[in-house]
Amino acid sequence: MSATLTRPSLSFAPVLEQKLKGRVTVEERPAHDIATLVTDAATLKEAALFLRDDPAAAYDLFLDLASVDRSKLPGHATGKDARFQANYILYSTRRNEHLRLRVNLPAKDPAVPSLTGVWPAANWFEREAWDLMGIRFDGHPNLQRLLTHNGFVGHALRKDYDKGQRWLCTEEDLLQTELAAKTDDPADMFETMTLNFGPSHPTTHGTLRVVMRVDGEKIVAAESECGYLHRCFEKMSETHTWVQVIPYTDRLNYCSPMINGNGYALAVEKMLGIDVPPRAKAARTVLNEFSRIMDHLVCIGANLVDLGALTNFWYAFQPREEIYGLLEACCGARLTSSYARIGGLAKDVPDNFVEWSRSLLPTIRDRIADIDGLITKNKIAWNRLRGTGVVTKEQAIAWGFTGPSLRASGVPYDVRKDKPYEMYGDVDFDVPIATEGDNFARYIVRMEEMRQSMRIIEQILARFPKGPVNSDDYRVILPPKEMVYNEMEGLIYHFKLVFEGVKVPAGEIYSFTEGANGELGYSLVSDGSGFPYRVKVRPPCFPLFAAFEKIIKGGMVSDAVATLGLLNIIAGELDR
Amino acid sequence: MKTPPPQPPLGPGIPSTSGADFLTTKLDVAVQWAQSNSLWPMPFGTACCAIEFMSVVSSHYDLARFGAEVVRFSPRQADLLIVAGTVVDKLAPVLKKVYDQMSEPKWVISMGVCASTGGFYRAYHVVQGIDEIVPVDVYVAGCPPTPENLIHGIMELQKMIQSGELARHRASKTFVPIRVGTDPDLSIPAYSDGVMAHMTGKKELPQIGVTAESELGAKAKADAGEGHR
Repeated sequence: MSATLTRPSLSFAPVLEQKLKGRVTVEERPAHDIATLVTDAATLKEAALFLRDDPAAAYDLFLDLASVDRSKLPGHATGKDARFQANYILYSTRRNEHLRLRVNLPAKDPAVPSLTGVWPAANWFEREAWDLMGIRFDGHPNLQRLLTHNGFVGHALRKDYDKGQRWLCTEEDLLQTELAAKTDDPADMFETMTLNFGPSHPTTHGTLRVVMRVDGEKIVAAESECGYLHRCFEKMSETHTWVQVIPYTDRLNYCSPMINGNGYALAVEKMLGIDVPPRAKAARTVLNEFSRIMDHLVCIGANLVDLGALTNFWYAFQPREEIYGLLEACCGARLTSSYARIGGLAKDVPDNFVEWSRSLLPTIRDRIADIDGLITKNKIAWNRLRGTGVVTKEQAIAWGFTGPSLRASGVPYDVRKDKPYEMYGDVDFDVPIATEGDNFARYIVRMEEMRQSMRIIEQILARFPKGPVNSDDYRVILPPKEMVYNEMEGLIYHFKLVFEGVKVPAGEIYSFTEGANGELGYSLVSDGSGFPYRVKVRPPCFPLFAAFEKIIKGGMVSDAVATLGLLNIIAGELDR
Repeated sequence: MKTPPPQPPLGPGIPSTSGADFLTTKLDVAVQWAQSNSLWPMPFGTACCAIEFMSVVSSHYDLARFGAEVVRFSPRQADLLIVAGTVVDKLAPVLKKVYDQMSEPKWVISMGVCASTGGFYRAYHVVQGIDEIVPVDVYVAGCPPTPENLIHGIMELQKMIQSGELARHRASKTFVPIRVGTDPDLSIPAYSDGVMAHMTGKKELPQIGVTAESELGAKAKADAGEGHR
């Protein structure tokens, strides 16, 4: 296979092809996309086991399952071509390589064997694909709806589903989870009780729900449920132009909106094959890191409130207010910035951006030091956080963790370091890790990450480039007004961009950046029109919350609160 | 005997008693004045707006200046429900229950466009405005609203409580939620050709949205026996 030669990461592919007698093939992908293998449903499990266990492959981390309904793609022959695709996105922590494992599925009764036995992280991703795309996973332990409610009928992300078709949800629909937990294990029913936790509960921060069976204060069994903020991001994206999706991305992880918009813009830029000027890269990187600090501050501040340490909340929110000031000067909004654009930024940063950014750092440093002084050696914090919510290294990998939670369990995977994008390759910073894997480790990793973020910011501010912030590719960025008024070409570009929007060439990509909670991936499919054909987000919180019920089992109810806060589940990106 | 100089009134509807240690007013007015200056909010925060709500109660904007800083997370202890963020169909019964658990008098602020109208999520799983489920007293615009805007909303509510406007409004009109507690077989299109599903909740309702897609819904429902639930 010629493609195997162009991809050194696929050195194991000939062995695999031989072993499975040609039922696994390498698909030629452009350089900006990740390596891809194609197999069929019958071979999937064998191929998956090989990819996980073979030392030359070693794909141990299950990142995402991106399903596609191809029925409306140009050139698709109904009844002849495969209608559905299940794309498993995998990552090898040892080899630092991504892989897409693709299975094509027919229109009638699409079914594949469940991979929950190979990668436990697949559990919720498969439920999601069943719920929204209607792909069945044979052998799945609990193939129920996940994001939509039990009264929902049909599969919303199929192309023939009307984007506005709603179904009534009654209280009985919600009670089904509780009933499921009750009949979980009849032996445990003696002297235990069901405790419903959320969705309206102060420590679930809005919309998370866990149904527990408790023996006194000890959790015997638990089942977590999400979808209470499923606001159809992916379906909405398909009905908007490529640029109009950016405001939606802001509302994924609303604690650090800049990072989401940047990740999306980066993915589309890769598909278009354009590069943004250095000034835009620098500004994006600085604002990403400020966003990361804001996110970690909310996580730590809000979690400490849940533990009863209210003062830290005020300390954490003061620097946030000051960063909001900077964001407001850049883009006019405090929280939902919509600042990134395909090909650059919405507009240039303010003139005093460098000085302003620099002036924020001492405040942030002081407030972090305040929290550090109150908490890091605090006896109560130690008792509450140390040794609770422990996730071992092997568990973290099996459950698909990324970001601070993975690093707190001792795996030093950080996209900024391992696959640098924007300006992360040019700056010097450390990736903090801890080995305990408990709540305290997650706290201490976040504290150190904020200091490292400030290091990155300082380095970039010291050599903040001048020049334009937008690409001069007029397929994506409006040409300057002088050109529009004076040159025919400029007028044409202007007209086409205003009326048709950015046109992304037909193709597919998996692009990933480091979000505040872990790897934020975008699986995009374009059909060459002005609208995205499919947008699938790999939300970092999703595997974290999927594993939550396993982490808290056997612990106390109060420890579950501490664990939930420090996993930092953001409902917006969890449910999308 | 010399009369003392006239004093300014103590509050709306509460005249000064010119230095005497008692005052005369109507009971209604005194109670409304007290209620409006001691709102106990219960944040029903679901999304981005909840983060801005946190900013409002933090030291920088300091909601305590308006007597509304006692944030309660139990609806039984609160009289102001602030719905901050998108409410989706799955959460709708929860919101209804939370509202029902609050005791009278109670008020509702819908914070942000998602809570008010569904915002730019005109989609298959999003409630197109919480007034489908609970009566709303003040709508606050913005996505998310700035803290100043929410404070403005709370001040408007205070004015409406003090003037007795809300109490009169409640007495004159009964609110009928359209979705919760109605026929579970009912499917409501969020919108079709710009016509919003309207507030009746009767069986005839799905007729508004008869489209090709609705037929699809019916077909999918017929297949439901194959394990769609």
